[in-house]
Amino acid sequence: MTTSVLKRQKRYLFENERFLAPLLMSPAILYIIALVGFPLVLAIIYAFTDITVGDSSLDFVGFETFRRVFDDPVFWRSLRNTFFFAVVANSLVVIFATVLANVLVADFKGKWIIRFLVLLPWTTPVSLATITWLWTLDSLFSPLDWILRNLGLIEQNSYYLGKANLAMSSVIAVHTWRIVPLAAVIVMAGMAAIPNEIKDAADIDGARFWRKLFQIDIPLLAPIIAVAVLFGIILTVTDISVVFVLTRGGPTHATQVLPTWAFFKGIEGGALGQGAAIALFLFPVLVAITAVVLRLARRREIL
Amino acid sequence: MDEVTTTIEEEVAAVAKSVEVRRLSKKFGGVQAVDGIDLKSTEGEFLVLLGPSGCGKTTLLRMIAGLEHPTEGEILIGDDVVNGLPPRIRQIAMVFQSYALYPHMTVARNIGFPLKAEGLDAATSRKRIEWASSLLDIQDLLERRPRQLSGGERQRVALARALVREPAVFLLDEPLSNLDAKLRAAARDDLLEFQRRVGTTTIYVTHDQVEAMGMGDRIAVMNKGKIRQLGTPDEVYNRPADTFVATFIGSPPMNMLERGNFLMGFRPEQLLPVGIVDGDVMPMTYHVNRIENLGSERYLYGFIRGYAEDIKIIAMLPSTVTVAIAAGQDHEFAVANAKLRYFDKETGLAMVGAPT
Repeated sequence: MTTSVLKRQKRYLFENERFLAPLLMSPAILYIIALVGFPLVLAIIYAFTDITVGDSSLDFVGFETFRRVFDDPVFWRSLRNTFFFAVVANSLVVIFATVLANVLVADFKGKWIIRFLVLLPWTTPVSLATITWLWTLDSLFSPLDWILRNLGLIEQNSYYLGKANLAMSSVIAVHTWRIVPLAAVIVMAGMAAIPNEIKDAADIDGARFWRKLFQIDIPLLAPIIAVAVLFGIILTVTDISVVFVLTRGGPTHATQVLPTWAFFKGIEGGALGQGAAIALFLFPVLVAITAVVLRLARRREIL
Repeated sequence: MDEVTTTIEEEVAAVAKSVEVRRLSKKFGGVQAVDGIDLKSTEGEFLVLLGPSGCGKTTLLRMIAGLEHPTEGEILIGDDVVNGLPPRIRQIAMVFQSYALYPHMTVARNIGFPLKAEGLDAATSRKRIEWASSLLDIQDLLERRPRQLSGGERQRVALARALVREPAVFLLDEPLSNLDAKLRAAARDDLLEFQRRVGTTTIYVTHDQVEAMGMGDRIAVMNKGKIRQLGTPDEVYNRPADTFVATFIGSPPMNMLERGNFLMGFRPEQLLPVGIVDGDVMPMTYHVNRIENLGSERYLYGFIRGYAEDIKIIAMLPSTVTVAIAAGQDHEFAVANAKLRYFDKETGLAMVGAPT
């Protein structure tokens, strides 16, 4: 009796949610534990020990690693750079993405090829794209300089990556170039979600382009723009490749950001504990930003 | 307060303008949505555009509004050709099916939005918002947001937003279809009373014949991009111009019998037991298949002897007619000759008088 019941239950095992749900979720859970959870825990442990590349014993030292990190002026410079770079790049991203989204939703001939081209930067691997920029901004052979020289706009090469301000501007520009397509597509999706009758009503009510943009479109898009900004902030604050490939944090730490500084300190400098402490420093900040932005987005969700 | 209301109402009535379209056409790709329509409303009229979905009524309305550009033809508001003018210049206001309120603005800001776009100063705006909201009895809702309102309240806000600019023409696109049935009857009443008060020319699009019959001074019955008949509710019901109008208007629709090269039509309520109909009548032997008793009336379903049995003929007897009718039997019925309508079988057009 019981065996036959068991047999029948076995036959329908894959239709039983209590069995199927954990089975289907387990790969994702395993993946998150192995590749996100474990490194995070390891980083937290490292940050409170004196571990180095040469001495892998884990001796608990409390906040000593953090104290040492904070004592280094380069850390504070990296922190300032990180914020400056995130704020400026994301402001530019919001402006360009909104403008671009407005262009992309318009109906014109060949809009598919334009949409494809706009998305292209996003589909290129970061490192490859950045290497292309590295050549474009090269101190001797920069094609940009060549064009400007031949137009008679500059006398000498600009050394984009060799001067503090220019280097920072270059890093910001490359990042903006990279993130704008993603943000534009997000904003575009938001624009498609605004009901046509609302747009018609605004026309009937006599609103013209700027009024429609600032009083109808942008307020209705605010939640989705917030999501785009959130992605942008996380992508800029945690990204290592652009700075690493373009400037390696130079000249003299002018473009040093926390991810690169963590890498130089922890991996190249061998101070694993300090590297972990630097990398972890932004974690609570990012969690807070994410929480605030998502909450704002939900509260503004009005449609 | 009352004084302000009257003066502005008079002002509104004074600017009511007629709307006219001449040989108006609109093609979307290969589809002829509106096909050479001529139509003229009088000043202050409540004109209904009625037709099944896809008949071009909304496209016609949107062209009058300036949201859609005609492929051919002219649109006149008052005496001015408005082709090519943007909506805001046309002195029109429109209420949409979804009401299209701005979800991020309070009711007051929604109503005031057209005034702000017009560049009106804050004090005058406030007065006008007050006036429009008092006319629609929504003063208490001014600080709310659209999502906090019921369907009926949203509709009133949409009307207030349309009214506040003192337009010469109201364009309403199925404004009652989002309300539940109970509210719809009350809203129909309110809307009509409101239109009579402000006296603004109103063009009202609907697919609901009850709304059309109940509200319209005149009804333009549309099908396939053309106006099939323009007339008062009485005309389109009792003297339909063709078989489309005859069968589209009325529920159940007009019965149609084929006779040689023409069709004979009569309304279900005209087919009555033979003793009840006075004057010259056309007697018919009616085979009743099924009876539906709805309390206030009885619906009979069957066919007329001597005609094809698959042509369903419906009779509607008011409860005052108490003659006993049994299903599955033949009964002697008749239609008054004056109530019979004749249509050409080829063209479907109404014929004048009975064919010989």
